[in-house]
Amino acid sequence: MAKVKPRVKVPKTAAKGEIIEIKTLISHKMESGQRKDKKTGEKIPRKIINKFTCTYNGVVVFSADWHPAISTNPYMAFNTVATESGTLEFTWVDDDGSTYSKSAEITVQ
Amino acid sequence: MRWRPIAVVLAFGLFIGAGSAAKAQGDAKLATYSAGDARSGYTYATPATQEMQDDDFANPSFLWIDYGATLWQDVNGEAGKACSSCHDAAEDTMKGVGARYPVYSAELGKPISLEQRINKCRVENMQAEPWKWESRELLSATAYVRHQSRGMPVQVQIDGPMTPFYEAGKAFYFQRRGLLDMACSNCHVDNAGNMIRANLLTQGQSNGFPLYRLKWNGIGSIHRRFRGCNKQVRAAPYGYGSDEYVNLELFVNSRGNDLLVETPAVRN
Repeated sequence: MAKVKPRVKVPKTAAKGEIIEIKTLISHKMESGQRKDKKTGEKIPRKIINKFTCTYNGVVVFSADWHPAISTNPYMAFNTVATESGTLEFTWVDDDGSTYSKSAEITVQ
Repeated sequence: MRWRPIAVVLAFGLFIGAGSAAKAQGDAKLATYSAGDARSGYTYATPATQEMQDDDFANPSFLWIDYGATLWQDVNGEAGKACSSCHDAAEDTMKGVGARYPVYSAELGKPISLEQRINKCRVENMQAEPWKWESRELLSATAYVRHQSRGMPVQVQIDGPMTPFYEAGKAFYFQRRGLLDMACSNCHVDNAGNMIRANLLTQGQSNGFPLYRLKWNGIGSIHRRFRGCNKQVRAAPYGYGSDEYVNLELFVNSRGNDLLVETPAVRN
């Protein structure tokens, strides 16, 4: 996949205090750094997403450090408590320093 | 020996009773994903894989489907057209199309697969470069088009002008080949449901293609799968889009006539 494209799924509305499930998926090669180029025999340099963070109105509610065994197109689902209306920001940090981000709005009644 | 049948019936009854709750759920799934004797590969997949396919969000193929939707609107080629310029919204115009392919092309005098039809359209109507087989573009566009038929029964024509090509595909399917001297049918007819070392053999139904294969870490066409199968029996694979494979695709799809299109499916 040439272009990295994140997808997130957050419920649009939730009751206060409700536990909500958040799903994320990002297209990424996740090159582990352990493989060799079949033709030249040279190692393919590692290029993975090494950090994933989710903030809820600026507060980190979930984060994860990823390592080379994480699969291609990583999928991550987790739960959090709906506290207030606002924005969820998702950030993925690549080995080469680039970041991919996506945000979603939630209304808490 | 009069007690014997009773004992058998009793034992059988107990067996059914014990597993009935889990079995009922499995049966409902089996019914949805089968048609007559034909059983979709979904029914052979592990629960974890089925779960991935059930949830459109967890199903990574949707990265390709989304890209396909973008391509549908993309103006490309000398004619300054996009797919949508002629075909409007794919949700309406492409509904049911993927379920019919491969179809007979009177112009070429042979069946033509969905991939080939898309490229034909690109070359003739859009005056654009054809996409390479298995390129992200062609896979995305094919998956996007066939996805519009999801839930509709596969219905390929095998009579009329298609007869000789259907017969050729059928002959290919039952022809032993390669160093292992195996035909498609040796696994997918004779041994469907049995293990081949660590893998469960399926009927080799094609209703979910193009599909996301965990082994591939991506989505692939039925011809890629054919090539993989041919290589596994140590036979020289045919080319992508070759007449042999289009005929075979026709036969394999016809085996799954009435199965529901699952594109994009997830398999191991």
